[in-house]
Amino acid sequence: MNKKQRIMLIRILIAGALLVLLNFTPATGWLRFTLYLVPYFVIGYDILIKAGKGIRNRQVFDENFLMAVATIGAIALAVYEGSGDYTEAIAVMLFYQIGEWFQSYAVGKSRRNISDLMDIRPDYANVERGGKLEQADPDEVEVGTIIVVQPGEKVPIDGIVVEGCSTLNTAALTGESLPREVRAGDEIISGCINMTGLLKIRTTKEFGESTVSKILDLVENASSRKSRSEAFISKFARIYTPAVCYSALALAILPPLVRMLGMGLSADWGTWIYRALTFLVASCPCALVISIPLSFFAGIGGASNAGVLVKGSNYLETLSQTKIVVFDKTGTLTQGVFEVNGIHHNELENEKLVEYAALAESASSHPISKSLQRAYGKEIDRSRVSDIREISGNGVIARVDGMEIAAGNDKLMDRLGIPYISCHSVGTIIHMAIDGKYAGHIVISDIIKPHAKEAVQTLKASGVRTTVMLTGDTAKVADQVASSLGIDQVYSELLPADKVEKVEELLRRKPEKAKLAFVGDGINDAPVLSRADIGIAMGAMGSDAAIEAADVVLMDDDPLKITKAIKISRKCLKIVYENIIFAIGIKLACLLLVALGFANMWLAIFADVGVMILAVLNAIRALFVKRL
Amino acid sequence: MKKTYKIDVDCANCANKMEEAAQKTEGVRSATVNFMALKMIVEFEDGQDPKSVMEQVRKNCKKVEDDCEIYL
Repeated sequence: MNKKQRIMLIRILIAGALLVLLNFTPATGWLRFTLYLVPYFVIGYDILIKAGKGIRNRQVFDENFLMAVATIGAIALAVYEGSGDYTEAIAVMLFYQIGEWFQSYAVGKSRRNISDLMDIRPDYANVERGGKLEQADPDEVEVGTIIVVQPGEKVPIDGIVVEGCSTLNTAALTGESLPREVRAGDEIISGCINMTGLLKIRTTKEFGESTVSKILDLVENASSRKSRSEAFISKFARIYTPAVCYSALALAILPPLVRMLGMGLSADWGTWIYRALTFLVASCPCALVISIPLSFFAGIGGASNAGVLVKGSNYLETLSQTKIVVFDKTGTLTQGVFEVNGIHHNELENEKLVEYAALAESASSHPISKSLQRAYGKEIDRSRVSDIREISGNGVIARVDGMEIAAGNDKLMDRLGIPYISCHSVGTIIHMAIDGKYAGHIVISDIIKPHAKEAVQTLKASGVRTTVMLTGDTAKVADQVASSLGIDQVYSELLPADKVEKVEELLRRKPEKAKLAFVGDGINDAPVLSRADIGIAMGAMGSDAAIEAADVVLMDDDPLKITKAIKISRKCLKIVYENIIFAIGIKLACLLLVALGFANMWLAIFADVGVMILAVLNAIRALFVKRL
Repeated sequence: MKKTYKIDVDCANCANKMEEAAQKTEGVRSATVNFMALKMIVEFEDGQDPKSVMEQVRKNCKKVEDDCEIYL
């Protein structure tokens, strides 16, 4: 509670107590009037002042004006009719203020909640100076400085580990609770919490360019990009308030005139003015105006806590209408890391064959050689290898342990005149020959991510109609991956420019309302990301280009997060629509009841404050997305 | 040129009004008020001095909503 809210609470309590007290005071006439004015001014003086200022600045139609006119009118009516019932006017003011107070409290609370969720901002960085650790402002740490992160501390700046090993908790960044192991040489991103060991890190970026700053900046600015629902509400409010004021005026004047002139009855001014005033009280648009941005804010906050960064309310809205999801294959559905997937037709032991292959390929830095070396898993003893001849587009021939080893594709075997057995598996095939004799082949392929299949299924279950996969890979590989994952359409052997074209074609073919999302890893698919209705970059931590081009950034590379993102957006938008319909519906029903004389001012203010509180509580629900 | 300012305002509708007032101020190309983050993002027209424009923006905002503040 801030100071303003505390003062307001005290005013509410004083006015409430005075009101109850006055109820038991038998004063009458002007004394009664004066006594009742005390709680009225206690609770409503600021509203009256604001309304006055509004009139002076020609900004008449706002809530303050509505409240001031309604309550002053009700008091005047009580004086005029001699009923002495001032309680109503004061109670209206009191409840209005209670509503405002609650609103301000709830908004402040959710603001704090969300910043707690995003509690990744580091306060300091430990810099070693003259053998001593000093706490420095992260902003002042230069690139290339060695910083020390102790167990329990946040990594303040992106960098590379130079000393120490530890496990990192990345939950605040990625929503992933599994800790990550790091050791010397690993890249490390800011915002992770160091859990076990002391780490020395050489910073590679300035604080302002570091992941933490980027994420915070992104989330804080997200609600500045307004959605269509928000634009609708502000437009609605702009028309609504004047419309209500004129209707109230008409309600006060027209029926009495008609009664008097048309029907020859008594004008009954008092009743109609009372109805008009009640109409004003019931009309306040607060619930609507506050609950919509609050829902989006909560939705974006909840999403970022789950490792899904949404760059704006508008994107959350579009995401919820996603009907077509287009995937890039490599790095999105597959890991983009090649691994030895099978060894066939060999007489030697598997390990031995891989060892020879790794040694023969030891001079190459091709991804395939790298994966062979990884599969071998031991230090490569270069002294065992000699006479390496690389035959471009074919493979390598080298002397290992005195034997001539040939490792390469079909063409290499043809060239050497060695009969080979072709492989039916999908992937890159490396045939091996030892001293001119065929020794089997090694299959290397990209691996499908563990949750890829589940992700495609859950997407379908959550209402996505079509899934499409685009890839630069061969048709054989692409078809195999797509069918094992259950993807509807595949387009293979595409160059990056072709991908843009394909997405444009899909965009043309789809119905207007169904939105198309493209999911990529952000590496060389930035143009496609920005071309789609909504671009989702995954595992984009550290790739600035991807964060720049995408509308939604998934912090880790788990494809299940795509479903999660869509579910979060659906939930948020559902709440938004609920609030719009609920608030406008109740408002209109109330206004109608009031105009027809079925409701008094008490009911009107209860409806107003009640709707607001319910809408705000409903909006806050958007924050809870853990179990979606 | 784009600049972000911290603001203080109590109700969402008032924030909308501030946004409208800021947009109408001379020298402002576009203005967005983010009620939840309590921020105003102003894009200035070329060759305008943000300082003097913002003085005017603040004045205009005060006119539509007395109980607001822009921290310049």
